[in-house]
Amino acid sequence: MSSETGKILTTDGIPLEVSLKKAERKNKIKAFLLVAPLLLFLLITYIFPIGDMLMRSVDDKMVTEMLPKTFKSMEKWDGNEIPPEEVFEAFYIDFQKLVEEKRDGKLSTQLNYTKNGFKSILKKLRRKAKNFEEGNYKEQIMSVHKRWADVEYWRAIKRRAPAFTSAKYLKGMDMYKNEEGEIVSVEEDRRIHRVLWLRTLEIAFFVTLLCFLMAYPIAHLLATLPMKYSNLLMICVLLPFWTSLLVRTASWMILLQQQGVVNDFFVMIGLVADDNRPEMMYNKTGTYVAMTQILLPFMVLPLYSVMKTISPSLMRAGKSLGGTPFITFWKVYFPLTIPGIGAGCLLVFILAIGYYITPALVGGASGTLISNQIAFHMKSTLDWSFASAMGLMLLAGVLAIYWVYNKLVGIDNIKLG
Amino acid sequence: MSKNQEFVKFDKVDKSYDGKVLVVKDLNLDIAEGEFITMLGPSGSGKTTCLMMLAGFETPTNGEIFLDKNPISNIPPHKRGIGMVFQNYALFPHMTVYENLAFPLKVRKINKDDIDKKVDKALSMVSLSGFENRMPGQLSGGQQQRVAVARALVFDPQVVLMDEPLGALDKNLRESMQYEIKHIHESIGVTVVYVTHDQSEALTMSNRIAVFNDGKVQQLSSPDKLYEEPVNSFVAEFIGENNTFAGEVTNFQKDQCKVKLSNGSEIIANPISVSSNGDKTTVSLRPERALINTKNKMDNNFKGKIEEVIYHGDHTRVRIDLLGNKEFILKVPNSSANMDIKMGNEINVSWNSHDARALDPK
Repeated sequence: MSSETGKILTTDGIPLEVSLKKAERKNKIKAFLLVAPLLLFLLITYIFPIGDMLMRSVDDKMVTEMLPKTFKSMEKWDGNEIPPEEVFEAFYIDFQKLVEEKRDGKLSTQLNYTKNGFKSILKKLRRKAKNFEEGNYKEQIMSVHKRWADVEYWRAIKRRAPAFTSAKYLKGMDMYKNEEGEIVSVEEDRRIHRVLWLRTLEIAFFVTLLCFLMAYPIAHLLATLPMKYSNLLMICVLLPFWTSLLVRTASWMILLQQQGVVNDFFVMIGLVADDNRPEMMYNKTGTYVAMTQILLPFMVLPLYSVMKTISPSLMRAGKSLGGTPFITFWKVYFPLTIPGIGAGCLLVFILAIGYYITPALVGGASGTLISNQIAFHMKSTLDWSFASAMGLMLLAGVLAIYWVYNKLVGIDNIKLG
Repeated sequence: MSKNQEFVKFDKVDKSYDGKVLVVKDLNLDIAEGEFITMLGPSGSGKTTCLMMLAGFETPTNGEIFLDKNPISNIPPHKRGIGMVFQNYALFPHMTVYENLAFPLKVRKINKDDIDKKVDKALSMVSLSGFENRMPGQLSGGQQQRVAVARALVFDPQVVLMDEPLGALDKNLRESMQYEIKHIHESIGVTVVYVTHDQSEALTMSNRIAVFNDGKVQQLSSPDKLYEEPVNSFVAEFIGENNTFAGEVTNFQKDQCKVKLSNGSEIIANPISVSSNGDKTTVSLRPERALINTKNKMDNNFKGKIEEVIYHGDHTRVRIDLLGNKEFILKVPNSSANMDIKMGNEINVSWNSHDARALDPK
C-alpha cells in the first residue's frame, strides 16, 4: 500500500510530487524575490557590521604584521632570559623598515598599551639606530637604554605575537593577563567597568519593574474602558511616542533640574526648603525617571494587545463561580496576561540595557550606563576594538537573557501585538 | 415537602443604564424552586439584563430581587452562589477541564478528595468522563458547552442561569443539547433560569416561559398555554406562526364577538382583550386551526384563492388570498384527500370562532 502511494500520478501521468514541486517552484521564487531586498538589507546593515565588530574586538594583527621577523625569531626563545642575537637583529630590521615607512609611531603606541615605558625607549632607539654598525645588534640596542636590557620588555613584545587577543574582553571585565599569562583583576580603585555593568543591569531591571507596575493598570483601563475614553487614553499613551526622544529628555531636564518645575513645586508646597533643593538630575534618579517615562509605551502596548483579547465574561464567570475579585484576577486574568507581560518586560529590559541618549543627558556621573562608556571609546579614545568588544558583551548579555526567558516562560508564549 | 413558589422573586424591578431609557420596566416575576423558566424575547427586550441583575453583574435601578426570601441587591456576585453558563462558554483557556471544574470548589476551600469526587460526578453527568486533562481549546463547541454546564453545576448552586448557551452551536447539536440540559435539570432538580431568543428552544425545554418585549413581561405561562392562548398580539406573533385580521368589534358578547374587517366582511371571534363595540382589534388564528373543504360544522366559512403552494415534505403550506389578507397561511397535511391544491384554485376555509382570538390592535 505504501509503495502504491509513492507513485500517485496526475491525470496527465506525471508523478504527483514532481508536478507539485513544479507548481510550487514559481511561488517559492516569487516569495524569495519579495524578501530578497530585506534579506540583503539585513545582511548589509546587521549581519556584516556585527561580524566586523566581532573581528575588530579580537583583532590584534597590527603588531603581528609590523614585526614579522622578530616574532618568527622569538618562536625559539623561551622568555626566561634576554633573547639571543638573532632576535635583536630581526627586531632591528623590522624597526628600520617601520621607520622608513613612518609607521614606528603606531608601534610605540601599541606596545605602550601592553607595557608602559615603550614610547620613550623606542623614540631613543629611532634616533640612535641611524648610527648603528652592522653586526652585534644585541649590544648596540641594549646600550641605547637600560630598559632594552630588561627581559620584561622583550616578554611584553612577545605577548603581542598572536594575531588574535581576548585582552579587550578582559579589559571590559576589569581583568587582564599578567606577565605569567594568568587572568587577574585590576586593582580595586581602577575597576570602572564592573560597576557600570552592574549599574546597567540594576537600572534596566528597576526601569522594567517600574514600567510594569505603571503600565499594567493603564493597559487594563485601555482594554476595558468604552471606546470613547479608551481612544483618548490611547492617544495620551502614544503622544510621547510621537515626540522626539531628544525633546522628551530635554523636557525632563527642565522639569528635574534644581531650579526646575518639580523642585519649585516641592518648595511651594513646603516639602523641601528653598536652600535645600534635592538633586533629581545628573544622578540615578534622573535616569530612572526619564527612562521609565520614555520606555512606558513599550510595556503598555504589548500588555494592551493581550488584554484586549481576554473576554470580560471570563472575569464574570470567575466571580459567578465564587471567586472573590482578587482571586479571580490572580487565577484567571493574570495568567492570561503573561504573554503580554513577557513581551513587554523583554522589550523594555533589552531597550533599557542598551539605552544611551537619556542617561547621557540626565544621568551625570552616577547615572551613566555601559552604552555611554562604549560611546566614549568610540568617540574620544578611538579604541574601536574595545568599544566593539563591549558592544558584543552587551549583545551576548541580551541573548543570554532571551535564552533564560525562553527556558522560564517559553518564547512562543510571547505576544507583541 | 412543599416547594417554595417564590424561590426567586423580582419585585418591582426597574433598570436603566443611562438615566433616560428604562431597559426593564416594573418587573414582577416569581420563580418556583426547581423550576425551569425561560426568558424569551427579541434582542434588546431586557431579558439578558434581568439575568445579569440576578447574577449580580448589574444592580437594579429600583426594586429588589429576593433569593429564597433574602434580598440580594447588596450581595456581590461571588457570594450569591448562583451558577452561570455564558453565551461563549467563558471556560478558562489556560486551565484544563479538571481545573476549570475544580475552580469553584477550590475557592470554597473544599478538600482535594471531595473536589475529585464532585468533578468526576459532574463530568459523568455531561458524559465527558476522561476529558479531565484536555484544554478547552482542544474540545469541540458542544463539548465546551457541556464543560460549561458541568462547571456551573459542580458546586451545587441553588440557581443556575443560562445566557443563550446554545447560540453558537449548529442546529443538530443544539437540539440534542436542549434535551441533554432538560434531562440534567430533571435529574438534579436545580432551579434554572434560561435566556434565549429561540422560541422552539424555549417551548422544548421550559416549565414556564416569560415572554419579554420592551422591558416588560408580556406573558408568563406554560409553553402550551403560551402557544394556544396568547394574551396579546405580540406574543401571538412572536410564538409560532400566526394569521391576523385587523378590524373593529361590532357585536360584542361575553364569549363571542363579531369583527368587521376593512373589506367589509364580518368574522366571528373569541374576545380576549376587547371589551365593547367599536374597539379596534387584531384577530389571531393559528394556521393549523383553519381547515379546507371540511365537512365539520364550523362557524366561520369563507372562500379564498390559492396564491402559492410550498411543499414541506410532511405537510404543504398554502398561501391564500382570504378576506383581503394575501398572507393567510394554511398548513395542509399531505394526504390523498387534498390533491386539488393548485395555484389559482378557489377553496373553502373554515375555523371555529373559539380559535380566532380577538387581541389588542398592533
